Amino acid sequence: MLYFSDLLQYSDVFLSALKTTVELTVLTTILGVVLGTVCATVRQYGNRAGQRVVSVYVELIRNTPFIVQLFFIFFGLPAIGMMLSPWEASMIALTINLGAYSTEIIRAGLASISKGQIEAAKVLGLNFRQTLTRVIFIPAFEKIYPALTSQCIIVMLGSAVISQISVQDLTYAANLVQSRNFRAFESYLVTALLYLGLSILLRFAFNALGKRLFAYRTSN
Amino acid sequence: MSLVNLHQVHKYYGDHHVLKGIDLDIKAGEVVSIIGKSGSGKSTLLRCINGLEQYQEGGITVDGKEVTTEDIQVRRLALSVGMIFQNFNLFPHMTVGENVMLAPTIVLKKSKAEAEATARAMLEKVGLAEKFDSFPEKLSGGQQQRVAIARALAMSPKVLLCDEITSALDPELVGEVLKVLEQLAKEGITLVLVTHEMNFARDVGSRVVFMHQGKVWEQGDSKTILSNPQTDELKQFMGAVL
Ligand SMILES: Nc1ncnc2c1ncn2[C@@H]1O[C@H](COP(=O)(O)OP(=O)(O)O)[C@@H](O)[C@H]1O
Ligand SMILES: [Mg+2]
Repeated sequence: MLYFSDLLQYSDVFLSALKTTVELTVLTTILGVVLGTVCATVRQYGNRAGQRVVSVYVELIRNTPFIVQLFFIFFGLPAIGMMLSPWEASMIALTINLGAYSTEIIRAGLASISKGQIEAAKVLGLNFRQTLTRVIFIPAFEKIYPALTSQCIIVMLGSAVISQISVQDLTYAANLVQSRNFRAFESYLVTALLYLGLSILLRFAFNALGKRLFAYRTSN
Repeated sequence: MSLVNLHQVHKYYGDHHVLKGIDLDIKAGEVVSIIGKSGSGKSTLLRCINGLEQYQEGGITVDGKEVTTEDIQVRRLALSVGMIFQNFNLFPHMTVGENVMLAPTIVLKKSKAEAEATARAMLEKVGLAEKFDSFPEKLSGGQQQRVAIARALAMSPKVLLCDEITSALDPELVGEVLKVLEQLAKEGITLVLVTHEMNFARDVGSRVVFMHQGKVWEQGDSKTILSNPQTDELKQFMGAVL
């Protein structure tokens, strides 16, 4: 027999956990994509030194486990005097992680913009910053939008790991509830469904934003 | 007074000597057609004039100001030198109107209303007023190229550089673009165009410059030079084109 009703008394726990996960997801998605955009721009158009720095960052993050990155920030950094709350450490770790993966994705988008577009902007008198923001970014993001969406969702799902440093996110709540009432099946099933709902919601939000940003593809 | 002046310009790509001492003087109101075989340095010449490429020796001035590739300079230059490319290079995510209004708004800092009025006037001039709200990908190649011309004109350039701007078009669309150029020539705008359209060069152009192996091989009044070429190379080239 399954007893989903046993979870009802913990609905507050789940709700506040959901809020934590959503907050972290929204914040780190925005910050991570901004970080990735800056790094991808440096990687594609920057000087040698800048490109080197970005490469090292990207490779470092992409070739180490997320949980180690998280532990390093939370348990390791205090050794050099940087004390962070679990929430802060998670926020930073997730942002840095998404930043690295999205750098690679966004750079591919930038690389897809023809030299002709950039030269056209230049001969019209646009400076480099104007060229980036007005001419390059939108078509570049359009090219890689599905991949970027997926990466953001992967990072959101990967955030389950932050329960390990006792951030009270969805996974933390699931662990807590099943340890109290021993309803592991129900508890994890509900949690899985909540993550699924979040994924769908995030994809929906990305699609809605994409429809606005890339309206030129469908209109008149 | 000369509007564009090149003095002994040398350009190298690495070891590759592409422009070998170009002397050229273009006065306001001239329509100069640059002809020559592929690889003779025609595009490079145009790109040096508007600062897209660096040259290693000699000097180029536009409207009395020296051309360098330093970014600031390129942008100042952009105000007096317009350029149109073979592949249109319209910005795909902007409407036709937005394409034309972009630089006047953010470079010349015109008000939106003023920029829009200019954009509409320029589109009217190229016969595309009704396409103001369309996106470039909905237009034919000939229409896109006319928008590119309107976009360049909106910056009120003193000279317009055109690099084979009809070469990517289907034959039946070439005429509409040439007609716009002819109209501009009549209005007195200074045009420097790399072209394979010999009829256009003869009938509309005032001067023909024949490039060969990185040099100005032969030049002169368009009707004279095309009906009576002096050098064997130009004779041969015209034999191949006509
Ligand atoms: N970016 C470049 N790097 C190296 N060589 C180039 C580059 N652009 C053009 N060239 C070379 O310079 C020469 C002149 O090219 P170009 O000016 O494009 O000739 P045209 O426009 O007359 O066909 C050619 O031999 C071409 O291969
Ligand atoms: Mg060329």
